[in-house]
Amino acid sequence: MKKAISILLVIAMAAMGMVGCSNSDSSSKDEGSAAEAFYIGGIGPTTGEAAIYGTAAMNGAQIAVDEINEAGGINGTPIEFNFQDDQHNTTIAVNAYNTLKDWGMQILMGTVTTAPCIEVAGYTAQDNMFEVTPSASSTDVIVNDNVFQICFTDPNQGIASAQYIGENKIATKVAVIYDSSDVYSSGIEEKFEEEAANQNLEIVAKEAFTADSKTDFSTQLKKAQDAGAELVFLPIYYQEASTILKQADNMGYDPIFFGCDGLDGILNVAEFDTSLAEGVMLLTPFAADAEDEATQAFVSKYKDEYGGTPNQFAADGYDAIYTIKAAIEQAGATPDMSVSDMSDALKAAMTEITVQGLTGGEDGLTWEATGEVSKSPKAVIIQDGVYVGM
Amino acid sequence: MKKFGIKGTNKSIKSNMITYLMVVAVYIIVQFIIATGSMSSLMQGLLVPLCIYSIVAIGLNLCVGYLGELSLGHAGFMCVGAFSSAFFTKYMLDSGMNETVRFILAIIIGTLVAAFFGFLIGIPVLRLRGDYLAIVTLAFGEIIKNVINVLYIGKDSTGLHFSIKDSASLNLEEEGTLIINGAKGIIGTPRQSTFTVGVILILISLVVVFHLVNSRTGRAIMAIRDNRIAAESVGINITKYKLMAFSISAAIAGAGGALYAHNLSTLTAQPANFGYNMSIMILVFVVLGGMGSFRGSIIAAVILTMLPEMLRGLADYRMLIYAIVLIAMMLFNWAPKSIEWRQRHSIKGMFQKKTKEVQ
Repeated sequence: MKKAISILLVIAMAAMGMVGCSNSDSSSKDEGSAAEAFYIGGIGPTTGEAAIYGTAAMNGAQIAVDEINEAGGINGTPIEFNFQDDQHNTTIAVNAYNTLKDWGMQILMGTVTTAPCIEVAGYTAQDNMFEVTPSASSTDVIVNDNVFQICFTDPNQGIASAQYIGENKIATKVAVIYDSSDVYSSGIEEKFEEEAANQNLEIVAKEAFTADSKTDFSTQLKKAQDAGAELVFLPIYYQEASTILKQADNMGYDPIFFGCDGLDGILNVAEFDTSLAEGVMLLTPFAADAEDEATQAFVSKYKDEYGGTPNQFAADGYDAIYTIKAAIEQAGATPDMSVSDMSDALKAAMTEITVQGLTGGEDGLTWEATGEVSKSPKAVIIQDGVYVGM
Repeated sequence: MKKFGIKGTNKSIKSNMITYLMVVAVYIIVQFIIATGSMSSLMQGLLVPLCIYSIVAIGLNLCVGYLGELSLGHAGFMCVGAFSSAFFTKYMLDSGMNETVRFILAIIIGTLVAAFFGFLIGIPVLRLRGDYLAIVTLAFGEIIKNVINVLYIGKDSTGLHFSIKDSASLNLEEEGTLIINGAKGIIGTPRQSTFTVGVILILISLVVVFHLVNSRTGRAIMAIRDNRIAAESVGINITKYKLMAFSISAAIAGAGGALYAHNLSTLTAQPANFGYNMSIMILVFVVLGGMGSFRGSIIAAVILTMLPEMLRGLADYRMLIYAIVLIAMMLFNWAPKSIEWRQRHSIKGMFQKKTKEVQ
C-alpha cells in the first residue's frame, strides 16, 4: 500500500510537471502570435564534438540579427532569435525543433550539420515551416520544397573539386583520404571519384578512416606516398586535416593538399604550426581576409564580440539571416501570418531574390525552386598564413 | 536481495502489478493531457524516445540485475535491431503491404535479429568466467557500428546487391534503389512509432521479464548469479540458462532499436546514437534505477532522458548541470548515509506505523 501511495505521488508530480511546462509554453506562444516580431529559430551543435560549427553559425547569425534590429528590423518589424543546441545528434535535434516550436518559431535557420538536418527537414515539411540551412550540404536535405541551402551541395563540391584539379592540370595522380563514417565526407568523395574519371585523373589510393580512428593517419599517408600520389584530396573537416598535415610533414611527404569547405578554419587550430598549411588549396565560399567592405565589417564585429576569426560557418549563418530577410521583404510577409502561409509566400519569393552576402562571390546567391543555391566556388591557396585567391 | 528472493512471491506479484499500473496510469494521463491540447510539442516529441530508452533499460536490467553479467554493448543490439527492422520496412516499402502489418513484422524482425546476435556472442563468451562479457559486448557494439558504416545494400529488379566498398560497385540498374547507403544509413523510413506502440512494447517487455524472473528458469538464473558452484552442483545447466537470459535481454534491446528506427526518418550509425557512450548511458539508467528493479529502470530512463531537455533554459551550462544532477541522484539513491536519512524521513515511514498497527 505504501508503495502504491509513493507511486501515485510520482505520477501526480510527473503530470504536474508536464502540465506546468506546457502552460508556460503556450503563454509564450501567445506572445509570438501577437505580431510584434518575426520569430526565427536556429538549431546546431553548440556542445559536443561538432560544437565549433554550430557556435560559429550561431554567432554569425546573431550578428546579422543585431544589425537588422539596429537598422529597424524587417519592414519595421524586429527579429526575435533563439538558437538551440542539438549536439550533432538527430534525436536531440528533433527535441530542439519541438522546443523552438513551443517558443513560437515561424522560420527555422538550421540545422547546421547535415545528418540532424535531414531529420529535421522531415518535420519542417510536415509542418510546412520555411527552413534555410546555413551549412547542411547533402542533397537529402532539400528533398522537400520548403528547405533552402546557403552552402554548396556535397555532389557539387566533389564535382567542382575534380573539375578544378583536372582543368588546371594541378595533378594527375590523386589520393583521397576521407571519413567513411561521415555523411558530408563520403558524399563528396563519391562524386569526386565519378567526376575524376571524366577529368583523366587517376585515383591511385582511396583511403578511409572513421570517427573512431581519427588520430593516426600514417597508414593512409604511407599508402598514398607509395602509390606516388602528387595530390592528396581531403574532403574532410579541418581538425583531422591538421593532424594529416602534421603527420605528412613528419614522414617527409610533401604532396599538394586539396580540400573543400570543411578545411576552412585550419589556420585557427590550436597548437597547429600554420607553416605546415602553406600551399594547401581549398574550395571555400568565404575568406576572412577578403578586401570587400562587408567582409571586413563582419570580421571586425565578430572579433570584437566573440574573439577569433570567423570561419565559413559564421559567414553562412550571417547570410542565412539576410536571405530570410530578403525573402520576407520580397514576399511582403508579416509576422501575423500563420507558419504555413508564411512558408508558401517565402518559398515563392526565394527563386526571385538575389542576396549578395559574404559568401556570394561576384554574382551573389540565387536559388532554384529545389532549394539548391547557385554560386560560384572560389578556390584559394594558403600563402604566408592567409588565403590568397587563385 | 530479499526483494527478488524466492520467499514472498505474493509481494513480488503485488510489486509487478504496481509497475504495470504505473505504466498504464502514465499512459492514460498523457493521453488525457494530449486530448486537452495542453501538452507542449517538446513533450510530445519526447514520448517515443522515453519509451525506447525504458525498453532498452528493461532489457539491460535483466542482464545486469538478474544474470549478474555486465553488458556494455546494448547500444549495439539496439543498432542491430534498428537497422534490420528499417531494412525490412524499406525493402517492403513499395510492395503494397499493409502498413500496420509491416510495422509489426519489422519490430519482430528487429527483435529476432538482435536475439540471434546475442545468442551468437553468448555461445563462446558466456562459458567464460569473469568480466569477459563486458569486454566482448563493448567490442561488438563498436564493430557493428563500423560494419554498418561501410555496408551498401541496393535493390533492383534482379534482387539485392551487397557491397562493402561503395555504392557504385553495387552495379544497380537505373531504377534500383539504395537501401543502406554506407555512412548515410537508411533514409526515408516511415515514422510509424507512436506513444501507444511504445507503451505496448514496454508492457510486453515487462510481461516477458516478470514471467521469466518469477519462473523456475528465473530462479535458476538467479541461482547462477548468486553462487555458480552451488547452482552447478544441483544440476543446473549454466550455459543454457545464461544464454537464454542474455538472448532475451538482447532481444528486448532490439525491440527498442526497431522503435528507434521507426521514430526517425534517417537512421545512421553514429557514435552519438549507437556508440559505447549510449551503452554506458543505458547502464546508468539501470544502476540509478536499482539493479533488479524494472520499475526503477523505467523511472530512471524517463527522468534522465527528459532532464537535458528540461534544462534547455540554461543554454550551454545544461550538460554541466546534467552531470551534477546525475552525481547528486546517484549519491541520494545509493550512499549509505542517504539511505539511512531517507528511511528516517520518508513519506512511507509516516504511513508505516499505521500499517503495522493493522497487521
